[in-house]
Amino acid sequence: MSQPILQVKDLVKHFPITRGVVFQKTVGQVHAVDGVSFDLHPGETLGVVGESGCGKSTLAQVLMRLEPPTSGTVTFDGEDLFAKSGAALKAWRRDMQVVLQDPYTSLNPRKTVGDIVGEPFEIHPEVAPKGERRRKVQELLDVVGLNPEHIRRYPHQFSGGQRQRIGIARALALRPRVIVCDEPVSALDVSIQAQVMNLLGELQTEFGLSYIFIAHDLGVVRHLSDRVAVMYLGKIVETGTSEEIYERATHPYTQALLSSVPVPDPAARGKRETIRLTGDVPSPAAPPSGCRFRTRCPKATDLCAEQEPALAAGPASDHPSACHYAEVYRTLPVPSR
Amino acid sequence: MTDTITDPQAEAEIGSAAEPAAEAGLWSDAWKQLRRRPLFLISGTVIVIVLLMALFPSLFTHVDPVTGNLDQSGADPSSDAWFGRDLYGRDVYSRTIHGAGPSLAVGLLATIGTVLVGSLAGLVMGYARGLTDAVLSRIAEIFAGLPFVLGGIVILTTFNKPGEIVPAGRLIAQVVLTIVVLTWPLAMRIMRAAALTAAQQDYVKAARALGAGPLRIMFRHMLPNCLAPVLVYGTIQLGVNIGAEATLSYLGIGLKDPVVSWGVMIAEVQSRIIQMPHALFFPATFLVVTVLAFVMMGDALRDAIDPRGR
Repeated sequence: MSQPILQVKDLVKHFPITRGVVFQKTVGQVHAVDGVSFDLHPGETLGVVGESGCGKSTLAQVLMRLEPPTSGTVTFDGEDLFAKSGAALKAWRRDMQVVLQDPYTSLNPRKTVGDIVGEPFEIHPEVAPKGERRRKVQELLDVVGLNPEHIRRYPHQFSGGQRQRIGIARALALRPRVIVCDEPVSALDVSIQAQVMNLLGELQTEFGLSYIFIAHDLGVVRHLSDRVAVMYLGKIVETGTSEEIYERATHPYTQALLSSVPVPDPAARGKRETIRLTGDVPSPAAPPSGCRFRTRCPKATDLCAEQEPALAAGPASDHPSACHYAEVYRTLPVPSR
Repeated sequence: MTDTITDPQAEAEIGSAAEPAAEAGLWSDAWKQLRRRPLFLISGTVIVIVLLMALFPSLFTHVDPVTGNLDQSGADPSSDAWFGRDLYGRDVYSRTIHGAGPSLAVGLLATIGTVLVGSLAGLVMGYARGLTDAVLSRIAEIFAGLPFVLGGIVILTTFNKPGEIVPAGRLIAQVVLTIVVLTWPLAMRIMRAAALTAAQQDYVKAARALGAGPLRIMFRHMLPNCLAPVLVYGTIQLGVNIGAEATLSYLGIGLKDPVVSWGVMIAEVQSRIIQMPHALFFPATFLVVTVLAFVMMGDALRDAIDPRGR
């Protein structure tokens, strides 16, 4: 396989919980991302799945250098990402872009679509000379399936799906090689979700993009992902190819997520065993000892409280799975959207 | 406009005939919208007239505003003096016209100063947060804690000994600076609250991910979204500042004879309202209408820079 474009090793992001205004005292740490490692290869899509609050969005922010990491390394094209600053950092931003979750807040309401999609060219004037910018913006709008004549409209004049297309056009403007998609469809109607997913798929083929695709629903990422990483409380609990995760999941959390994906077949309803998790995700400020999933896991034993399972393939799992009792458990196949 | 046209060629032609789309933006669209608003046209007309009075009083009157005839003290309005005469027999019409300049200068300059200093501080605090925010907040609290009248007395009597004759320009500058120093924390708080919210918005994240610097984020992304509350505050503050000028005049530390301002005129006639109501009525009316015009202008401006309202 080719050289990975993005290599993430033991990435940790802790947010301090502080008291006081001027003289701040740290009283605790929120373990948002706690030792995440993965590789991303050119042209590949890595799906990152997990519940709300498991650290997916924090991961995206750290990868985009919007938040400083607590520890760990990320290399982009072999270069240390966190060592970049000034002009090198700005140049790197052309290679990696982000599509944010909420299309209603990710577009400045007081700017026209032309301004929003054209802003990357203003920040990086070397990409397109001034006279060409308008044409480039219209091209981009065309590429994402919007009417290029709507360049002078404001975001509120568009629907959610159209707004997300504007966000995608903005991310595409600098011709990046990697796009981090932070739940790009979770705020959209199901029918629109499919359209946006298809658009992202087409763009990937057209521009040779790599995606880190974050979602809270395994059904959504199946369609696009080559590989999937399942996150729980800041850690990756299981990772593998699409087939390994969807057909032969061995971690009880992944199995629970899979069994919660709706089946669009009334005849099959009730025939499938649903694994219902009880309770809430524990506070990331005080994660449980040993395996973090043990408080909600149907298989948990004393061993799980004492020893943290390693993310590795085992006798019962052909792909890395962080569970002492990893085993394949068949649920009905997950439909792809 | 072009929605109904489906032929792309016809559309392109219309697009090139109209002004280039590159000029489309918040401010040019806001201007296009403003030109059609009656609220803006009326308030704009009033403001232009008051500005003309302030800049070229000779367009309106040739009567000297400071020399009077004591024989005619408190005379009622007549064809001789349209607005009547004050205690010293001076022409109230001429004084009202000439009073527009200093009143407007103090009101406008103090408001502009307050809003500029306050919103710049608020914007930086909302963007930087942390230590910058904490330190500037404490400094602002010191100024906000000073009572306005007490602070004004302390500042103005420090610079001018009682009884000293101070040139009008210097006095106006001192009054303006006094008002700015004592009121900027209000504008800062309004701006800071809006900026704190704006800095957390996803479009700011997206701009940072694109590599936008702090200046671009503050002035291109945050400022247009924080401007509305400060604009409304500014238009209200304009009237308050003209009043504040009158307050300082009344205390004998602000503008005073021979400088004419609406505040000075109102302060002078306070004890003789029953005998000569016209000497209060005319400057007060001009004051109210002017303040109202600025408030309406602020309203129209706020609506115009919000694309959702169009």
